[in-house]
Order: sequence, then structure tokens, then C-alpha cells
Amino acid sequence: MSITVKDVTKRFGKFTALDHVNLEVPGGSLVALLGPSGSGKTTLLRIIAGLEVADSGVVWYAGEDVTRRSARERNIGFVFQHYALFRHLSVFENIAFGLRVRRWPKDRVAGRVRELLRLIRLEGLERRQPSELSGGQRQRVALARALAAQPRLLLLDEPFGALDAKVRQELRQWLRRLHEEIHMTSVFVTHDQEEAFEVADKVVVMRAGQVEQSGTPQEVFDHPANAFVMDFLGNVNVFHGRAQNGRLHVGGMQVAYPEYPHDQARPATAYVRPHELDISATSEGPGSLAARVLHVNPAGSVAKVQLLAGDSGLALQVDLSLSRYAELGLKAGDAVYVCPRRVRVFLPDDYAI
Amino acid sequence: MKPEGRLHAAPPRRPGQDPWWVRWTLTLAAVGVVGLLVIVPLVSVFYQALADGVGTYWKNLIADPDTRHAIRLTLGVAPLAVAANLVFGTAAAWVIARFRFPGRTVLMTLIDLPFSVSPVVAGLVFVLLFGLQGYFGPWLRAHGLKVIFAAPGLVLVTTFVTLPFIARELIPVLEAVGADEELAAVSLGARGWQVFSWVTLPNIKWGLLYGLILCNARAMGEFGAVYVVSGHIAGRTDTVPLRVEKLFQEYNTPGSFAVASVLTLLALVTLVVKVALERRVAVVEPEIPPDRTRGGES
Repeated sequence: MSITVKDVTKRFGKFTALDHVNLEVPGGSLVALLGPSGSGKTTLLRIIAGLEVADSGVVWYAGEDVTRRSARERNIGFVFQHYALFRHLSVFENIAFGLRVRRWPKDRVAGRVRELLRLIRLEGLERRQPSELSGGQRQRVALARALAAQPRLLLLDEPFGALDAKVRQELRQWLRRLHEEIHMTSVFVTHDQEEAFEVADKVVVMRAGQVEQSGTPQEVFDHPANAFVMDFLGNVNVFHGRAQNGRLHVGGMQVAYPEYPHDQARPATAYVRPHELDISATSEGPGSLAARVLHVNPAGSVAKVQLLAGDSGLALQVDLSLSRYAELGLKAGDAVYVCPRRVRVFLPDDYAI
Repeated sequence: MKPEGRLHAAPPRRPGQDPWWVRWTLTLAAVGVVGLLVIVPLVSVFYQALADGVGTYWKNLIADPDTRHAIRLTLGVAPLAVAANLVFGTAAAWVIARFRFPGRTVLMTLIDLPFSVSPVVAGLVFVLLFGLQGYFGPWLRAHGLKVIFAAPGLVLVTTFVTLPFIARELIPVLEAVGADEELAAVSLGARGWQVFSWVTLPNIKWGLLYGLILCNARAMGEFGAVYVVSGHIAGRTDTVPLRVEKLFQEYNTPGSFAVASVLTLLALVTLVVKVALERRVAVVEPEIPPDRTRGGES
């Protein structure tokens, strides 16, 4: 079932949490609402759920206007950031809650709960209290509880936020597989871009109550709509310079920038991802920048090199393939040249860093 | 003071540890005060009550119809007041803990008012409102209703005096439990009443019971406010505390102490239950923290 959010605004006192937000969630997809804290992503999720009421705007589930419906009537599954398991109820009763509320007969409740316990791989733990479970197990119980009454959609608020890195990784992949199995329209909130990209079909980047960009992970990552999105989606090197006559000047370096053919110089900012910078021992002309190697960390799938560029003292981060690293034989203190392979330029009135 | 020469021989003191005589003096003072002001009177109540033997004690309690009536009246008034405060206190605590609204702080302060107002004043206010010369007096009289110098007045002032107990007890409990579980229940399709009885109530039950016990003890022991509105009519509006005072005024010391011992017993039982509940409230599962340590197995 698809979700459409149209022109939703929500204020808390003087703070505008959501400012005329539009959102489209295709039926059967898994969408991530991604943004820093305070960007309004959780508020948007709660409005979709009906746990919060929008000041203006509408929410549609498929063809049905649910703006005025309470969460109870919307038939959704909601997973809370800190699980919000019923602490006085066993795992079994937690999962069964939505079914008891709907007055399912006893044997059907037992059958459905067993089915879900199998799905979350916690068979045999149904009599445990929530306090006797690990964080990852609690999160899966919360998920099973949300899924029990066969909701029309699944909403997850920072579902893995409170877990440690390893469990988080496992649960992410598990959630993705689960989604492939049951294909329920799902929306989850996260501030972790890696998580969003790994799990979601579609990523919606939010900032200060507005949607900055939405699209597939590939689209958003490769073609960030603005400097904020670029900056938010992972490490990036920032070069402040000026644009003039189709070129961008940064320190002694020049890069082609045909989008700005004007004579009048204008301040501009160039963004280059660490893996889009190359290092060479010799200068490659005006397209490269002199730098000194500060530190090299070759432990991992790439060699992470930290440099200090030119006279401006700009700190740079470069990810080199291990073979390239071996070829260069880099060590701290080496004088080298840094050369961007791909540059994205934003004129600073888009977004001041 | 010890002579100067021996000072250096004393064992080194840990910072924050006072000399033995300071500790002993303070401990003795504390024990002494408690003994003098609490234990001695407590024991003497039972001693006086039983001074003429168990038979007389029992007769003092049972034989006097006015005393019997007083006990019955208290057993009727106190539960009504407690019930009223159960409903009001739970509702008020929930509203205060869950919502931010204009006047919230005022409401919280007003709930505490009965703690700071002298019960006598509270009684007088109700006489002023519902008495024959009071604002509602003529109307009540015209409809044949009697509040002051009758049981309804007793219930009313007792409710007023015990107003803070349950609300005060529940507000911090509700705040500690948080609204997340209630929201989760709503998202799972629960109706308001189901949310309350299946989620909220189980989480606050020990705090609620604690409040009820304290509220009941105060309701049964209330004297000042009840004294004013009851008119002190033996066999009609005398509650147990009023009866104690009346018997004492009539120089019926054994009778007075016999009835007093009943109230004292109630206090002791309340104390025991209270301590047991305090332990329970403290042990009751703490809020499930976001788990970072036990996440390994999954």
C-alpha cells in the first residue's frame, strides 16, 4: 500500500518541525527517512503513523485519506526507538498484544505468535520478560509485536539506534531479507547514511523540517542535489575557492567548471569524496595540488591517507586502493600531489558549511 | 580534649570520619529523641489500654454503642474518601505527567494545598460553603440534603485533606515509566481504556497501592477538619479520632486509650505495609535501558 504525504506542516510552539513536506512512498517499498537530529524525520514518521497530528496537510494511504484517523484506526505497525516493550508482559504476551486488543480467539493468537517467534528466530524464549533479553532480541520482539496483527504498513523509528555496531549490522541485513519476504510497505527513520543506503529502496534526505532530496540510494549518492546532501552522505573533502570563466580556482589548483562561464568571480565550494582523490608523486599540472602526507592507515579495504595541502594548510582525506598505495609506497612526511578525479561544485548560497 | 602530646599517636583519620564521641553523641541523641517522642508514647498507649486487663479492654471497645458507631462511621467514611481520591488522584497524576498545558504548574501546586492548609481551616471553609448560613446551605436545606453535621460533610473534608496522597505518589512513577508503552499500545490498536488497564495500571500498581495505604491511614486518623464539620455528635457524627478525644474529656481514660490503640494498630499496620511496598516499588523492574552490553547474541 502506498503512502502519500502532501504539504504537511507541524509546529511545536515556535519550532517548526515540518515545513510543507511532501513525500511519496511507493507500495511495497522500503523507504529511509535520513537526516540529522532535529530534521523532522521522526515527527514525519509519527504523523504517518497517526501518533502525531499535523497542523496542516494531508496523509493518504493508497486511495484513502487518513489525516483525521487515529493511530488505532490506521492499522499500522510501529517500532519505537527504545523498543517500548511492555515490561510487565512476557515475550509471548508482548507479541500477542495487538491480537488480544482485536479479540482474536485464543488458538489463533497462539498460532500467530508462534509463527512470528519463528520469523524473528526467538522460539523458546516466549516466556522471558523483556528485561531478560539482549538489545537485539528486544528489537526483534518489538518488530514481531508490530507485525502481529498484519498491519498495512510498518514504521520504524531509529530501529537500530540503540544497538552496538555488530548487532546493528546483522539486524539491518535481516530487516532487508524480511522485507523481501513479506514485501510490506515500510518506512524507517535513521541518521546513519550507511544504514539508509544499505537497507532502503528509496532514501529521503531531510534537513530542518524539509525534504532536501529523495531517490534511490544510487541517485542520491551520485547526484546529490545540494551541498548539504553531499556533506551529509559520508566523508567529503571541502575546497573553498572561486569560480570564474568556466574554471574553479582553489589554491594553486584549477578544475574545469563549465557551469559557470561568467567573467565575474564568485566564491564557490568544491566537494570531493576521499575515494575520488588520487595521489601521485609528481605534479600533473594545474589540476593537482601539492600536499604533505600526515598519516597513513592501510588497515582495511582501502588505505586511508591524511594529508595537509599546499600553503593553505587544508586537511585532506584520501582513500587509495591498496594496490595503488603499494605502488606509491607512501609514508608520513612525503611530499606528493593530490589530484581530484571528480568534483562537485556548489555556489555557497545553496548551503553555507 | 586529649593532651597535646598524644595527638600524634592517634590513628590517622579518614577524611569525613568524625571522632568517636561526635558519632556517639549524635547517635544517642537521635535514638533518644525517637525513644522519647515515638516509642514511649506508643508503648504507653497499649499499656494504658490494657491496664485493667484484656477483658476490660475488649469491653471498652465493644460494649459502648457510641464507640461501636464511631468505628462503623470511620470504616464507612474513609473508604469513600479513598475511593474519591483514587479516581481523582490517578486522573490528575496522569494528566500532569503526560501533558504540557497552561495551568499545569498551578494544578500541581493546588493539589499540594491540603498539605499546607491547617485542617481546621479546611473544615471551616466547608462549613462556610455548605453550612446552614453558607452559600449552598439554603439550597441544600430546601432539597432536604444535609452535608454539615452529617456523613457527607465528613466524606467531603476527609477527601479534601487526603487529596495529595495518591496524585503525589503517582506523578513521579508515571514520569519514570514514560509514555512510550502507552503509545505502543495505541499503535497496536488499543482503546483508551485498554491502554490504561493493560499497560498503565500494571506499571503503576505498586505506587498506586502505596498511595492508597497512606491515603487511608490519613483518612482514618483525620481529626481537625472532621471535628469542625461533624458537630461532634456522639453516636451520629463521631469518628474514631473524635471518639478518642471525647472519651478522654469524659475522664474515661481506659476507654479512650482502648479506642486509641485501634488507631495506633492501624498506623503500625500501615507502616509495615508501607515498608514492604517501598521495597517493592524500588525493585520493580527499572525502565528497560537501551542495551549496549548484552547485544552480542542474536
